[in-house]
Amino acid sequence: MSTLSESKKPDLDFNTPSMLRTRKFRAFKNRLTTHSIAAGGMSIIVAILLIFFYLLWEIMPLFKEASIEHWPDNTAQVGYAVPGKGSTLYLAIEEQAQIGLRITDTQQAIFFKASNGEIISEQQLKAPANTKASSFAIVSESSGIFAVGYDNGEVMVFQHKYTSTYPAGKRLITPSISYPLTDEPIQVAQGNIDLLAISNDDENWSIVASSNGEIFQTNISAEVNLLSEEIDITTHTLSIPTLDITAEKLLLLPGKRWLLAATKEGKVTLFDLEAAPEKMRAQEVQATQGTITSFALLLGNNSLIIGDSQGLLSQWFLVRDKQNQWSLQKVRDFETAAKSIGVITMEHRRKGFAAVDANGELSLYNTTANRKVLSSKIAPQQITAIAYAPRSNALLIEQQRKMTLWTVDNEHPDISWTALWEKVWYEGYEKPEYIWQSSASNNDFEPKYSLMPLAFGTLKAAFYAMLLATPLAICGAIYTAYFMAPAMRRKVKPLIELMEALPTVILGFLAGLWLAPFIENNLAGIFLTLLGIPLAILGFGFGWANLPKSIRNLVPHGWDALLLIPVVILATLLSIYFAHDVEGLLFAGDLRHWITEEAGIPFDQRNALVVGIAMGFAVIPTIFTISEDAIFSVPKHLSYGSLALGATPWQTLVRVVMPTASPGIFSALMVGMGRAVGETMIVLMATGNTPIMDVNIFEGMRTLAANIAVEMPEAEVASTHYRILFLAAFSLFLFTFVVNTCAELIRHRLRNKYGSL
Amino acid sequence: MKTSVSSWVKSGSPWIWLNAGAVAICVIMVVSLIGLIGARGLAHFWPADVMQATYTERGNSRTVIGEIVQIEQVSAIQLRDAGIEVATDIDSLERKLVKTGNRDIGGIDFSWVLDRDLSDVSTPQMLFTAERYEWGNLYGYLRSVKQADKIALEYKGYEPSDAYTKLWKLLNQSLTRASNLKAHILDIEKHDIGSINYELERLRLKQRRMEIDGDTDSQTLAAMARRKIELSEQYQVLEEQLISLYAEINRDSIDVEVSTGDIISVPVANLVRIFRANSMGVWQKSLHYLEKIWEFVSQDPREANTEGGIFPAIFGTVMMVILMSIMVTPFGVVAAVYLSEYAKQGFTTRFIRIAVNNLAGVPSIVYGVFGLGFFVYVLGGSIDQLFYPEALPSPTFGTGGLLWASITLALLTVPVVIVATEEGLSRVPKSLKEGSLALGATKAETLFKIILPMTSPAMMTGVILAIARAAGEVAPLMLVGVVKLAPTLPLNMNYPYLHLDQKIMHLGFHIFDVGFQSPNVEAARPLVYATAFLLILVIALLNLSAVAIRNRLREKYKALEV
Repeated sequence: MSTLSESKKPDLDFNTPSMLRTRKFRAFKNRLTTHSIAAGGMSIIVAILLIFFYLLWEIMPLFKEASIEHWPDNTAQVGYAVPGKGSTLYLAIEEQAQIGLRITDTQQAIFFKASNGEIISEQQLKAPANTKASSFAIVSESSGIFAVGYDNGEVMVFQHKYTSTYPAGKRLITPSISYPLTDEPIQVAQGNIDLLAISNDDENWSIVASSNGEIFQTNISAEVNLLSEEIDITTHTLSIPTLDITAEKLLLLPGKRWLLAATKEGKVTLFDLEAAPEKMRAQEVQATQGTITSFALLLGNNSLIIGDSQGLLSQWFLVRDKQNQWSLQKVRDFETAAKSIGVITMEHRRKGFAAVDANGELSLYNTTANRKVLSSKIAPQQITAIAYAPRSNALLIEQQRKMTLWTVDNEHPDISWTALWEKVWYEGYEKPEYIWQSSASNNDFEPKYSLMPLAFGTLKAAFYAMLLATPLAICGAIYTAYFMAPAMRRKVKPLIELMEALPTVILGFLAGLWLAPFIENNLAGIFLTLLGIPLAILGFGFGWANLPKSIRNLVPHGWDALLLIPVVILATLLSIYFAHDVEGLLFAGDLRHWITEEAGIPFDQRNALVVGIAMGFAVIPTIFTISEDAIFSVPKHLSYGSLALGATPWQTLVRVVMPTASPGIFSALMVGMGRAVGETMIVLMATGNTPIMDVNIFEGMRTLAANIAVEMPEAEVASTHYRILFLAAFSLFLFTFVVNTCAELIRHRLRNKYGSL
Repeated sequence: MKTSVSSWVKSGSPWIWLNAGAVAICVIMVVSLIGLIGARGLAHFWPADVMQATYTERGNSRTVIGEIVQIEQVSAIQLRDAGIEVATDIDSLERKLVKTGNRDIGGIDFSWVLDRDLSDVSTPQMLFTAERYEWGNLYGYLRSVKQADKIALEYKGYEPSDAYTKLWKLLNQSLTRASNLKAHILDIEKHDIGSINYELERLRLKQRRMEIDGDTDSQTLAAMARRKIELSEQYQVLEEQLISLYAEINRDSIDVEVSTGDIISVPVANLVRIFRANSMGVWQKSLHYLEKIWEFVSQDPREANTEGGIFPAIFGTVMMVILMSIMVTPFGVVAAVYLSEYAKQGFTTRFIRIAVNNLAGVPSIVYGVFGLGFFVYVLGGSIDQLFYPEALPSPTFGTGGLLWASITLALLTVPVVIVATEEGLSRVPKSLKEGSLALGATKAETLFKIILPMTSPAMMTGVILAIARAAGEVAPLMLVGVVKLAPTLPLNMNYPYLHLDQKIMHLGFHIFDVGFQSPNVEAARPLVYATAFLLILVIALLNLSAVAIRNRLREKYKALEV
């Protein structure tokens, strides 16, 4: 039963206040979502840019130019009058660049505030009675040791020292002069000491003094007595038969064997103090056509820096040749303004120095990088003395009785294109070489930052990995995409994807702990499988073709690969089993033994072969997946057309499918290469990580990525080493970015092409 | 019908066979790799028989007792080089690696023996193995159990007997007692004393903070001083308890006759477990096997990570992965939604897509370098300056830790999530979206009610793949906060419970560290295999489940597409 109700016109008002509110709220929500999602999307770009620019920001200081300017609180930019009297023999600054020291020709040590010249303390250096100072020598710039020779043949050795105390929470630095050897004069020669050269190595001191053309060598060993804490000194002086020297300057290299003398005519003579008297004069070289104006040893006292009146600056050191003979050789020339070199001063902690020429132009150099870091005219003419602060952040300069203090911003002078990528002649090496050696235990070590061995190692590892991966992955992809039955393909693809997901640390650990010893024991077997497996496959294929159809039909089309699994396993086992006989036949029973003993090839257990196999394993799935996609997505009607025209499946593949898919395969190889280049753990664990440059498959390497992993945790923040590791990371980033972008663009074009087909 | 060689070659079949061979090789490589690791890793826990034999080397004979770990062939040339006499007609000899244990006696616990020099090989029933907290395994004959330096029971023979069974029982009782005491000690040391130390350190930092801020509120200072005294009193009590417990636990010891014939004394407190592998049946061995596996996944490592379990590494990995997922999921999903639903499809989106793809190809070590430089030194350093000046100069966030490790890995895996989610988004049929919009839903409503629910399996796939990648990644973690041994777990009972600044242990790094930096590689190797197997298992399961979800998703959408 129904009641007819009067139909009322529905009151459709969409604009009730509550509806309006709801709509407003919905619109607001919509806008909010839009904005927040856009923000989220943009953050991806931000992240990418952040990585890029942060890495760049960390490496930029490496390429920043050095700069020099007046010390900020140097009263009156013009400098201050030289504190104290007399003329300067030697100038030095303390660690914080707060206190300067002047040694004058009147034998005074004047400590003063480096910023304004206010004298802190002034003292007369202790000297033998009734003598006059006749010579002066710097023993070690970095530890502040210097020596004075007197006209009675005696020598005093001094050291300037600074102690910091913190009364009332503020640092107070107190300077002092101490005696590292003894506070008594040491007799080293008879008569006036004209020239003095001292070398010191812990407890062993060697002093060479020239007196009226005669040379005396004194060897001193200073042992700290454990009980009394006094220094016991044993001196041993020997007179060296008169050497015909008209030397201007003398320098003694560490180890008391080699003496260098500079003569007036621009010659440098090398004396071998341990040789027989007639053979002492080991070598004489014409270092310059002008006169030698500067003659000093670089940090570590192994390199000689010579500056001359013609403005030539060069570095020399002793080089040992194949016959074990030492000779002084010019290693490199430095770029100058061709004006007579006035004074030079050495950096205390780096292989660098500062030189000022007759024009008052200051140049800062780094020897390893062979780089003139900075050149700036700081004075109108020749200056009298110059000193480098220990931290290389300040220079104290005296000219015309005025002193100025400068701050130097020169963080990374040791990096240049040459230092990174070209052969560099390092101290103690026979010839220029590519070497990566970032740190050592001693302070005067010359860091060797050549990226060449690392880049070489990276490419070597990638090359051997690609050598294994390319044929396996591409052939596998061809078969999977083109010949394999779909049901089997559905099983194989996830398996290969699983291969991609395997952590590389596991591959690396297997390679290092299992594969490397296995290969060493079965070297011949490994090489035999290279031959054995393909032969077995072909043999089986031919045999299969000759089987009766009834048997062949048991295996459905596209499942052939399954049949090959036992074949390959069998072939591998047989190859390894029979390898022993082959070895006996060809390589005197043991290939491993034969390689090192007979062929003379160095063999490391963890070598490029191991890396090639392990990293090849890691790269295969990458190449496989992308090239399989490329081949599989070639439109089917192309191959059907070809088959219909009577071509065999192989002909169709080679002539039709492959040409179409080849850009895709190429991009797969590029992506694979990118992965191999950046892979860290496998290389880290499967090689010895020695940065050598050798293509030998039986030797290891060190790659950029592994190098970062090894050295980054120890690198001091913001040091040159730290920034170079960032540079290595940035290069990897850039390399993979470019390679992957190219690959992506190629694939993109390919996709468009298929679309039009 | 015979096929001739020439016609066979002409048909191109050889090439096809070679290609098929390549697939076969790849498949064999994957399967055998997993098989190898599984076999080596799992076999380690099975109690192997303990061998006793006489070894004659250059005329000297000695008894060797131990487990055979590895057998290999060595070429005669190598042996001759090493100065061992080998007859000229022999090409190679069998060599066995024996785990002889007893490192406290001989200094080494593994030795290679030549098979031909072994004689009188037997597996005596009475030989027993003792796993120890220090010095590795002990192999020998149990001679006596001492309590408080007095012999409680002893037995001299080499054959099983009732007296021996009694002795064995007594030792088992003593061991149970010792392990209960040990658990009690550990509880006090780790939990009670640990939390007291933690609170004392927090008080010290708080005081230092007040000094820095110039706050001299005497009330707070007094309260803190009181609390300090309270804590040190508590500490005193606990320490006394510990002293008495240590006296208790060191009561018992055993005498063991070892391979050299010497009798050595070992405190029972140093024993983990004892068993006689040679007299165990298959059933007992299986139980032992399961017990060992449980120990492996649930216990802390011992002896520089070469024995015991890997629980802290599992825990650290899981914590890191969870934190990473929390960060990577929203970020990745939003970015994917932006790229495929909101952004104008033009040059910029194409550029971003390529960039995202590239990000996936950037070597992981680069992320590590970025993480160390940017997150740890720049961000962490600033956080320390701002919020933790009291702890300086020792860094709080300015050093690698859980938080930085997870953020670095989130950055590393975000492309995976984006790519997977985008694929899911592209599979949502257009008709559904348009239908929703036509019914008056806003774009946001369509997104939340229609698109995202349908894409959720794809997101899951992405996150699972990201987790799988993160769990296996080691290179970047080495720089941003993974250590070989973390003293405490990042999640514990001390306020604030979750310690984001703490360094963690990680399965992958554990493999690297134990396998390559361990002082006793031979002893550590089986554990490395086991850890690797566990890691592979987890990653394989994650990947397979991702694939399964993806496939189901595709099937579902096939039905929707008309």
